[in-house]
Amino acid sequence: MALVAANHIKKQFGDVLAVNDISLSVHDGEFLVLLGPSGCGKTTFLRILAGLEHQTSGDILIGGEVVNDVPPRARGIAMVFQSYGLYPHLTVANNIAFPLRTQNTPRAEIARKVEWATRLLSIDHLLNRKPRQLSGGERQRVALARALVREPTVFLLDEPLSNLDAKLRTSARNELKQFQQTVQTSTVYVTHDQVEAMGMGDRIAVIDHGRLRQIGTPTEIYDRPADEFVATFLGTPPMNLVERDGGSLGFRPEHFLPREMLKNGSALAEMPFRVERMEYLGSERVLYGTIEGMKAKRVVTAKLPAHAASDGIRAGDLHPFAVRASELHYFGRDGRRAEGGQGVLQ
Amino acid sequence: MTTIAETRRAVARRPRFLLDRAEVMGPMFIAPAILYVLVLVGLPFLLALYYGVSAYSIFDPSYRFVGLKNLDEVLESEIFWHTLWNTLLFTIGSQIIGLLLGKIGAMLLMKEFPGRGIARALVILPWAVPVSLATLAWKWMFDSLYSVINWTLVAAGLVDVANQPQWLGQQDLAFAAVMTVHAWRLFPFGVIIFLAGFASVPKDVLDAATVDGAGFWRRNYQIILPIIAPIVVIALIFGTVFTFTDLSVVYLLTMGGPMNSTQVLGSLAFQVGILSGDVAHGAVICLFMFPFLLVAVIALLRALRRREI
Repeated sequence: MALVAANHIKKQFGDVLAVNDISLSVHDGEFLVLLGPSGCGKTTFLRILAGLEHQTSGDILIGGEVVNDVPPRARGIAMVFQSYGLYPHLTVANNIAFPLRTQNTPRAEIARKVEWATRLLSIDHLLNRKPRQLSGGERQRVALARALVREPTVFLLDEPLSNLDAKLRTSARNELKQFQQTVQTSTVYVTHDQVEAMGMGDRIAVIDHGRLRQIGTPTEIYDRPADEFVATFLGTPPMNLVERDGGSLGFRPEHFLPREMLKNGSALAEMPFRVERMEYLGSERVLYGTIEGMKAKRVVTAKLPAHAASDGIRAGDLHPFAVRASELHYFGRDGRRAEGGQGVLQ
Repeated sequence: MTTIAETRRAVARRPRFLLDRAEVMGPMFIAPAILYVLVLVGLPFLLALYYGVSAYSIFDPSYRFVGLKNLDEVLESEIFWHTLWNTLLFTIGSQIIGLLLGKIGAMLLMKEFPGRGIARALVILPWAVPVSLATLAWKWMFDSLYSVINWTLVAAGLVDVANQPQWLGQQDLAFAAVMTVHAWRLFPFGVIIFLAGFASVPKDVLDAATVDGAGFWRRNYQIILPIIAPIVVIALIFGTVFTFTDLSVVYLLTMGGPMNSTQVLGSLAFQVGILSGDVAHGAVICLFMFPFLLVAVIALLRALRRREI
């Protein structure tokens, strides 16, 4: 059963349609990531789920009930904000206890839950500190603990890792995922970081300009992007798109390899690649260039292993490159994925 | 021998580079302020101390030392104690009313409504208008014959024409009138302080409180107020100092009357020390403000440090 469901949610701010007809559902225990560029409406959508914003039209269902007119506190949700929203004047213990106090939970119960949550997140030594005395990672855990003690139906997380430095973010990502697997609570996680989305999400919902572009597992999203936006939003460097019959042909840089690196036998699409620039990134090399003979000169990238047989390729070279036919993606004139096209480039 | 790098002392000595140094620039900037405080606050304070222990009066401008005689006489005076009490009541009362109204006003002005910009500008007026003008307007509103307040009350049938309240003529009413004007003058300051305070509360914190189940009162008194407390405390210090030392409202509205019922330290000191020419006693009365303000400021600053978030 869908634990949380959104049916045709729209949100209008003046002339701007921030959320444009999004429908999706979150399954029990699932980690769903809302991924999109900044300003795409993903946070607005999350706030609508939380009840902090009211949708212009559409229904929100939580636990099977329509909660359109239910205030945030009664929706059975807990939210972690981008800057955590910790109460600066309260100690860690009181921050975590606050949502319980508002529900008039008995004292003993509050103490028990605070202890349970802080121990689970290993912050039980910080109980008497104020938020300003905590590091970014500790603050994030306090915010999580505060969300956890409410024992919500669903966690709503709004870019909770964006305030951490890059190094901490990696470890926090692992901890967060582990934490979610421990507590088994459904989670909706908003981020603009594709690495976070790919690494943590059971499913990813890609949103752009208020529209849901695609929803699926990380593999589905990466291997079978529904349209050009999804194709180019995910992956570093993003998928190459070259023109073809008004539509376009897409292939990921890591699949675009020197001809000699691909075994004969499988169907290949060959392209003469004019290398213009090369970046050596330690574990890999990224080549930038164009495909000779194409009318519109579009920059195409190729990602090669750092030390491969094709070490000899230099900037300025024209070298035969190829993609396996099975790794080509076709997009129609409308930018949407088209099936059944053949790997013919001519 | 060739010098690799010639020492160019001349450059370092140029005065315009001297100003680039914080340890030169800093004191230069702060000097006028210090000078101002020393000359216009420190010096008069010392002078008042000296007047207080002398027999100086306008009629006998001698610096004859009389010790604590003046102080004894002031302390024995019933009017003085009454005045001190009045001053405290005015200060505390108007702070409470002013800040309370300020908070309500700020909360109303936070809401979106047509004409909010104009409303915000108008609210500042009581603070911006010169005290003499404002008090004169109030004086007419409280006037025994032409009071617009009384006219309204009579027109509404609330009071009898024959028994109109004499706002500035009855002791309790005069007291209330002075307090009202003080609170009215303080109110915009309260509004600004609370508006600034509200704006400084992070949106995430408010949203978190909403999600956590805090209703209107809990959000206001357990989240917002503690967060903006440091700002409010500073407003309280300012308001207290301004009201405690103020004599203009009382002087323009009631001259401390009727029968000293609205007398404050400032107005009493002015009457005794300047109008009656008894500079020595006036100085002693004035000096009474000092310990009170000192205590108030220390207490408030301490509260501020404790509340630091």
